[in-house]
Amino acid sequence: MGVADFAFYIFAISAVIGGLFTVVSKNPVHSVLWLILAFLSSAGLFVLLGAEFVAMLLVIVYVGAVAVLFMFVVMMIDVDFAELRGQMAKYVPIALLIGVVLLLELSLAFGTWQVSNNAEAVRAAIAPDMAEVTNTAALGQLVYEKYIYLFQTAGLILLVAMIGAIVLTLRHRVNIKRQNVMEQMHRDPAKAMEVIDVKPGQGL
Amino acid sequence: MAEFLATPLGIFVLIFAQVLAIIAFVMISLLFLVWGDRKIWAAVQMRKGPNIVGAYGLLQSVADALKYVVKEVVVPAGADKPLFFLAPMVAFVMSMLTWAVLPFNDGWVLADMNVAVLYVFAIGGLEVYGVIIGGWASNSKYPFLGAMRSAAQMISYEVSIGLILIGVIISTGSLNFSDIVRAQDGNYGFFSWYWLPHFPMVFLFFISSLAETNRPPFDLPEAESELVAGFMVEYSATVYLLYMAGEYIAIFMMCGLISVLFFGGWLSPIPGLPDGVLWMFGKMVFFFFIFAMVKAITPRYRYDQLMRIGWKVFLPLSLAWVVIVSFLAHFGAFGGAYARWAIGG
Repeated sequence: MGVADFAFYIFAISAVIGGLFTVVSKNPVHSVLWLILAFLSSAGLFVLLGAEFVAMLLVIVYVGAVAVLFMFVVMMIDVDFAELRGQMAKYVPIALLIGVVLLLELSLAFGTWQVSNNAEAVRAAIAPDMAEVTNTAALGQLVYEKYIYLFQTAGLILLVAMIGAIVLTLRHRVNIKRQNVMEQMHRDPAKAMEVIDVKPGQGL
Repeated sequence: MAEFLATPLGIFVLIFAQVLAIIAFVMISLLFLVWGDRKIWAAVQMRKGPNIVGAYGLLQSVADALKYVVKEVVVPAGADKPLFFLAPMVAFVMSMLTWAVLPFNDGWVLADMNVAVLYVFAIGGLEVYGVIIGGWASNSKYPFLGAMRSAAQMISYEVSIGLILIGVIISTGSLNFSDIVRAQDGNYGFFSWYWLPHFPMVFLFFISSLAETNRPPFDLPEAESELVAGFMVEYSATVYLLYMAGEYIAIFMMCGLISVLFFGGWLSPIPGLPDGVLWMFGKMVFFFFIFAMVKAITPRYRYDQLMRIGWKVFLPLSLAWVVIVSFLAHFGAFGGAYARWAIGG
């Protein structure tokens, strides 16, 4: 067993354990941390596949941004999780059913999977020569040169979704004090305060 | 010897020795950096600073470290114990991990990987967890508020740091730090480095790295006048030492990044003088000096102002810069100062 095999088993086992404990751990913050372990292990698996760019992106996007948001939400919301757990017993049969159906579908799909004879050729036709460029450069050439329009369209769709989310959640409340930085910076000390000479024994 | 180093065990021993060398270098520099930080800070305020332990107080950090190690670790009663201890370890280990890809000299790098910039960025993203987990696991109000502030702050400034890095990457055509330094090698020494073509971004990167490492004037997660010590309130002894050490290591790493990205790493500023590891070290220490000076002479920001300059000033500026650099690089403006792919990779 070489170093790569050993690393594969370590990453694979920790990914599975991370996924399992994400579901079973009682505390939601622990769940998020186990989820992060699963993400990191899958990033390790990507590195073993030679896809270091995807691995780094997985860590940056999912661990560095998405999981932090999860963590924020889970830490801030005030929900009694013990109560939620109690209700969960009701849904366990349905959840099990859905799980079994998904597993069956996956195994059916995997069992009848047939790779087309042309698949290899089709992939090779679009991929840059891997002997000449690193996989980061290869990905860049595909995304930014060959499929630039598709890539930009995907970006536009995401932009529209983002604007939609902002529009749906943006409420402009009237009765709150706001910090207006420009106003604050342009205040004139001569007008903002006044020095009053108060004589002893007299009020204002 | 040469055959032994080619065997798997030999490779392991070699890498292990290199790792130890880097850790020793970082930890020893750390002792004197903390001392230097305090000395500079004292000098600005016309105090003497640490001057009792050792000559000029040089061994003050050693004494402090020993003191932290032998003290008792106090764990709050309501704390989540495993996470309480995990958090400082995460903070320390993550700040140590980034050193693997920093080149000290031509070829002097532990992991010469071709996505090194992304690696540093990814590990930098993980550093947030040390702070958030620590703040949450303490089960106390001030640490939790500090952790919240810190997470928001670090994520905000990571965005502009990332965009500034993209400008440098576009100019070099490579994600490897050694390639980035080699691309800055030119006939004009100091003036062929990236600080000149990427001039405005040097300042933005420096300020963002202050915010990213929770240094004053952006040390709001641990602002003592508001939050006692932020996420570190409940920490004492060795676990506190891990946090402090991790913070300083991350700062020193940022100094290394600034030297490599904008100031030519190991290259000599004067044409004709030999390049070498001493230049790199000198640059890192110089930028640490600037970090210390900023800490000494600037008042603390207000939190909403910090968020405002992060999202409303730095983000648009660095985003615009990416577009500008792309155009300048594509059309080879200024004698190809922005497009050094032929040299870079």
